[in-house]
Amino acid sequence: MLRFVSLRLVMALPTLWAVLTLVFVLVRIVPGDPALVILGDQATEQALVALRHRMGLDVPLWDQYLQFMGQVLRGDLGISMVRNRPVWGEVATVLPYTLELTFVGILLGVVMGLPLGVLAAQHRGGWIDAVARWTSLLGLSFPAFISGILMLLLLGVELPWFPVIGNAPFSNPPAHFRALVLPALNLGFIMVAYVARVTRSGMLASLSEDYIRTARAKGVPARLVVWRHALRNALIPVVTVVGLYFGILIGNSVLTEIVFNRPGLGKLIVGALNDRDYTMLQGLMVIYALVVVVANLATDLTYGAVDPRIRVR
Amino acid sequence: MAAPKGIAGRALGNRSLMVGVILLLLIIVLAVLAPWIAPYDPNDQDVVASLGAPNAEHWFGTDFFGRDVLSRVIWGARVSLFVGAVSTAISMLVGGSIGILSGYVGGRFDQAVMAVMDVLLSFPQLIMGLIIVALLGANLADLILAIAITAVPPFARVARGPTLSLKERDFVEAGRALGFSNLRIMLVHILPNVLDDLIVMGSLWLATAIRTEASLSFIGLGLPPPTATWGSIIREGFENLLDAPWLAVFPSLAVLLVMLALNMIGDGLRDATDPKAAVS
Amino acid sequence: MSNVVPLKTPPALAVKDLTTGLRIRGAWHEAVRGVSFEVFPRETLALVGESGCGKSLTAMSIMGLLPAKIGKVLSGSVTIDGREMVGLPERDLEGLRGNLVSMIFQEPMTSLNPVLPVGFQIAETLRRHRGLDGAAARAEVLRLMNRVQIPASARRIDDYPHQFSGGMRQRVMIAMAVACRPKVLLADEPTTALDVTIQAQVLNLIAELQAEDGMAVLFITHNLGVVASIAQRVVVMYGGDVVETAPVDDFFQRPSHPYSAALLKSVPRADRRPDSLEPIPGQVPTLLQMPAGCRFQSRCSQVMDTCAERPRLLPTAGRADHQMRCWLGRPEGGC
Repeated sequence: MLRFVSLRLVMALPTLWAVLTLVFVLVRIVPGDPALVILGDQATEQALVALRHRMGLDVPLWDQYLQFMGQVLRGDLGISMVRNRPVWGEVATVLPYTLELTFVGILLGVVMGLPLGVLAAQHRGGWIDAVARWTSLLGLSFPAFISGILMLLLLGVELPWFPVIGNAPFSNPPAHFRALVLPALNLGFIMVAYVARVTRSGMLASLSEDYIRTARAKGVPARLVVWRHALRNALIPVVTVVGLYFGILIGNSVLTEIVFNRPGLGKLIVGALNDRDYTMLQGLMVIYALVVVVANLATDLTYGAVDPRIRVR
Repeated sequence: MAAPKGIAGRALGNRSLMVGVILLLLIIVLAVLAPWIAPYDPNDQDVVASLGAPNAEHWFGTDFFGRDVLSRVIWGARVSLFVGAVSTAISMLVGGSIGILSGYVGGRFDQAVMAVMDVLLSFPQLIMGLIIVALLGANLADLILAIAITAVPPFARVARGPTLSLKERDFVEAGRALGFSNLRIMLVHILPNVLDDLIVMGSLWLATAIRTEASLSFIGLGLPPPTATWGSIIREGFENLLDAPWLAVFPSLAVLLVMLALNMIGDGLRDATDPKAAVS
Repeated sequence: MSNVVPLKTPPALAVKDLTTGLRIRGAWHEAVRGVSFEVFPRETLALVGESGCGKSLTAMSIMGLLPAKIGKVLSGSVTIDGREMVGLPERDLEGLRGNLVSMIFQEPMTSLNPVLPVGFQIAETLRRHRGLDGAAARAEVLRLMNRVQIPASARRIDDYPHQFSGGMRQRVMIAMAVACRPKVLLADEPTTALDVTIQAQVLNLIAELQAEDGMAVLFITHNLGVVASIAQRVVVMYGGDVVETAPVDDFFQRPSHPYSAALLKSVPRADRRPDSLEPIPGQVPTLLQMPAGCRFQSRCSQVMDTCAERPRLLPTAGRADHQMRCWLGRPEGGC
């Protein structure tokens, strides 16, 4: 098992390198002059040259690349153009909020989606199956910002059950969690759609396998046949799906943060885009790259936990 | 109790395809006929009627500048459908070609290309779209390009799969023995077999493309004002949520309808081509 | 391999007039009709027939394992150790499966759960039926694994099914099945998917366990060679009917039913030239195509007019324990 984990960790490094290179390339494919874009038409030639120098744009591309990679490895994400503070500092302030939201969103999605999928598969064609399928359809059809706004409207404005601002300081736990409910539900709703759907089809496949017949022939109670024997196998495609859609989840969390006015990476990135904060953008991209690699790694490791056949490779 | 619900389940499988198609066609027709059926010019401002609630004159109400929301929503459909369709078509074309080429050539080339695709694939799609639009500029062409780029990796994967198994088949060997050029084999023999999967994927991806366009618009990176896009109207609605909730609700419903229609079609198509995955 | 069983011992498994239906397109069709047989402790009864004749379905009916919406025991009785199985609620059946009666299946590759350790799967029956847990269960599992001759059991108890070969997996299945010392073991073609050499090993193992624990074994197979080597009695099924039952030696010497005779002629034997194989013409009719009356009519070389009426199962060949269902050699109107 240890070998499996360390192997996966090592294999993650080239991916990390590749994604960081992608970030570098993406940020520099813009035709034109970033300095001009930032300072505007009225800027003097002097100011442009100075800014270009500050941004490290006046050296050859290859040197820029090495400089970039070097900085990232040292944990230096640069200084924000607009706020004149280290990018990492800005990120560190809001990172806990984004992590919290994403984590709770996934948790909600899995906790609600798994049982829904299992029950839908068990009572195929029944009412709960219909509920599961409609929930999935709706969850997939609602873009995150729309479901957020509607939720806000219904549960925050019309029926003022929840605060409209999705944030309260950590120091005030009850208010903090109350403010977390709507944004987390927003993310969770979409996850439920994916999870329920995949769980359902995974369970249907699993329940028709021979080992289920064996379990029943042993006298294993029906409840355990479903929840222990069948579900454990159905989890494998669920892990796949959650891993696959992690990218979409990040996009959704950005939108959710905007709608619910929560601090987080999402708002940072939108701010950086509007301010044309070049270095902040680059720094944030690096963070997202890291997040992606960590998420892939976590998915791989979860596979190992869930499917013993993978472990022995 | 079991029998009627079983039939309902099957109906969701087949009928949903029909319902989805009808719904989508309806929306397309409305969008195409926008210049004739929209009651007002979408950019006609009427400051007096600013943020007016829905009434007989303005079925969907008016926005901050007094523009008729119904007209803006109908015109917004054009943007969303156009951007979504064109970007999906582009990514199908480009992604499919890359996939077929990569699968056909095989070897290190294939591995390298797929590695790049995997990296692109794992990057959050919206973020990538954001960055590209922010860097290229928010005009129609660049917006379409940005969304198309984010969709290329999935199509490449979808096209590559069948290509890998197809290229080993006898009729490809025969083709090569007869002296057909590789290009011809790829176009004439492999492409038609891959097309099915691409189209199913395309219908599913169209929904994502439209959703991405709406999201980008909402963030403020879509087509610039005064162009009516669903995302920007919703944005406005969001900013005036307490005063004019209808501003957010109606375009939201429009987006929802389109997405529902497309998802139903995608589900229906998938059920039709892969009975094992059938919902009923 | 043959033990003399005193006549007074009650049968471990008694199937009487079992009729099982399958639901096809909304209508119930009898896939197993009026099947009766008995298996005594320490006895092996071979249930023989082509695919689709209903032998697996019979076994599933005995266990109460028919898929709920499409299979149902329509009538008849199944008693195991004197206990009636038909009509028992599912919870009671769960208590008896793996405990009083066990079943092993044909495909060792897919019959074990790939994500649970083998030791755990064997222990499940012990936990459920004997209340064993923790260290006690583990010790018993090790003992069982040794009993079914799985080498290095201590090391392998926590391994997963994919780490075992087909033959080893079948041994695991057997260990699971005999863990609670059932009175009856149903074996549904357990060796068909295995190599010939492994087949012999597994058959021997079953025989050993049977001798030790005194189980009655119902062995389903379509392989007459296996029948000859392990069974004391044979029941031949065709199209859901029992068409012949006989002691095994008598069966091979004097197969009475046209189907049994045809079966024996279609199988290669060491004492016959290969070019004298005669396959049975035609195919088994599907459930929807079953003729009324004798189900073998369409392929029988000796079909008569009376075959349109279903014959009864009656003694033949001058022995009370050898019966067949056929109009041949019967005065009109049957006995």
